[in-house]
Amino acid sequence: MAEANVTRRDFLVKLAQGTSLAATGAFLWAHLLRQEARAQPYALRPPGALSELDFNAMCIKCGQCVTACPYDTLKLAPAGGGIPIGTPHFTPRKVPCYLCPDIPCMNACPTGALSPELKNINDSRMGLAVIDIENCLSWKGLRCEICHRECPLKGKAITLETHPRQLSKHAMFVPLVHSDACTGCGICERACPTQEAAIRILPHNLVQGKIGEHYRLGWTFETEITQDFKPAAPAAPAAPAEVPKQAPGMDYLNQGL
Amino acid sequence: MTSAANPSPRGLGVRLWSWRYFMLRRLSQFGILLLFFGTAHWGWQVAKDVPLLIGNLSASEFVGLFPMADPFATLQIFVTGHLLQQKVIIGALIVLAFYALVGGRVYCAWVCPVNLVTDLAGWLRQRFGIPAPTYLGRNTRYFVLAASLVLSALMGVAAFEWVSPIGMMQREIIFGFGLGFQALLAIFLFDLLILKHGWCGHLCPLGAFWSVVGRRTAQVRVRFDKTTCTHCGDCAKVCPEPQVLNLKRLEEVGYVYSGECSNCGRCTPVCPEGSLRFDLRPLIRRHNIEAGKGHEQ
Repeated sequence: MAEANVTRRDFLVKLAQGTSLAATGAFLWAHLLRQEARAQPYALRPPGALSELDFNAMCIKCGQCVTACPYDTLKLAPAGGGIPIGTPHFTPRKVPCYLCPDIPCMNACPTGALSPELKNINDSRMGLAVIDIENCLSWKGLRCEICHRECPLKGKAITLETHPRQLSKHAMFVPLVHSDACTGCGICERACPTQEAAIRILPHNLVQGKIGEHYRLGWTFETEITQDFKPAAPAAPAAPAEVPKQAPGMDYLNQGL
Repeated sequence: MTSAANPSPRGLGVRLWSWRYFMLRRLSQFGILLLFFGTAHWGWQVAKDVPLLIGNLSASEFVGLFPMADPFATLQIFVTGHLLQQKVIIGALIVLAFYALVGGRVYCAWVCPVNLVTDLAGWLRQRFGIPAPTYLGRNTRYFVLAASLVLSALMGVAAFEWVSPIGMMQREIIFGFGLGFQALLAIFLFDLLILKHGWCGHLCPLGAFWSVVGRRTAQVRVRFDKTTCTHCGDCAKVCPEPQVLNLKRLEEVGYVYSGECSNCGRCTPVCPEGSLRFDLRPLIRRHNIEAGKGHEQ
């Protein structure tokens, strides 16, 4: 009787010990994974990479894209390097992506973490170029424009706009980045002549905002202008309203002239 | 017979011969890493734009034709609920089929680079006679194996691949150094001072995976000749997984049947009677019967 009680107690204690050991190990392990996978949003991925969460899950860390890259652009993240361990990434200021038309890195990927759905390298979205207008030479009034000239999608991803300048008759030519065309290749960041690059590539989710669907930009003439906007009932297809030639609210200044 | 029967056991040739599997294993381990390294750094290729062995132990492609992939890593990614491409699945099946035939844990003894570290720790431990202060069941690895699959499903990333010291070591040898050596140092100290054969023999989920794979299908196994064995126990002293040398069961089965045997070949040259030898499994039964007859005569 007593013996049976002791073994049962022993068994229960062993069970509890084993469970707590397993739970401690599992929590520690899960914590490590969360640290590694979720904490670092700054990695720039090769062309065709899936969204960061899917990419992290799919990448088998084999480095075939790294070897396939003819420009030595891609690196595998080492342990403790601040980028999810063993995954490919690149640093544009050192070596940018030169946008090979045959996309050898993507073709080398065995898992599909670099999605084969990318057919045209110009459709890749590795990141987005962001200009620090306080330190951009062109924005300071110098004729630099190197990023614009180097951009493989010059005129689409980076355009030059003229800005009037206060003290001189000459206009400023300032670069502007357009997210609908920018691939994030980083050739501009590599080319920027300032000591620290004044144009640099960042992952989209770190720099891009979203205005929300309830804003109606009436002056673009692409959205319907109504006085009583009801966001709750978008389902009922309103009768196609006539798009006014001019915004009625803006026009009164010129009336009667 | 074997080296033990040689009249001059101290000859250099004899000693080298008794180390044959050790040297072959090191050659295989370093050779595979060298093929990867040469392809990644020196552009080794078999034809123009056809790299020799591109990738690493997680996934690779040999001469542009044969994809290979770590089936355990592939399984973890699969468990996260992501659809994989055909190439990696075919690669995983090729590797799985190979190890299913030669014995799953052949990976551990003949390919895995961490084996270099743990073998060194094990050898030093034996050399300095470090006592064993801790005990951990050898089946712990199967729990770690299950945990890595469960955590992969829960966390949405391949749980073992993200912390694997094997992955760190081979990646950092092939692609450049980072802080992976810290994990290896931890394993080395753990094996040296805390638990004998601690990582490879108790914890590693990849080893557990390969133990399961080779269990029934392995065709290369160590044959056990019960007619000559004197139960001296020399084999169990050098074996990193001594539980596989349960002599009572070996006498019944006639070979080292456990999936946990890594075919490292330590026991075969050490056996003074030559009772343990590599053999092909279909031939083992016949060889054992012949040995029994020979002994009776």
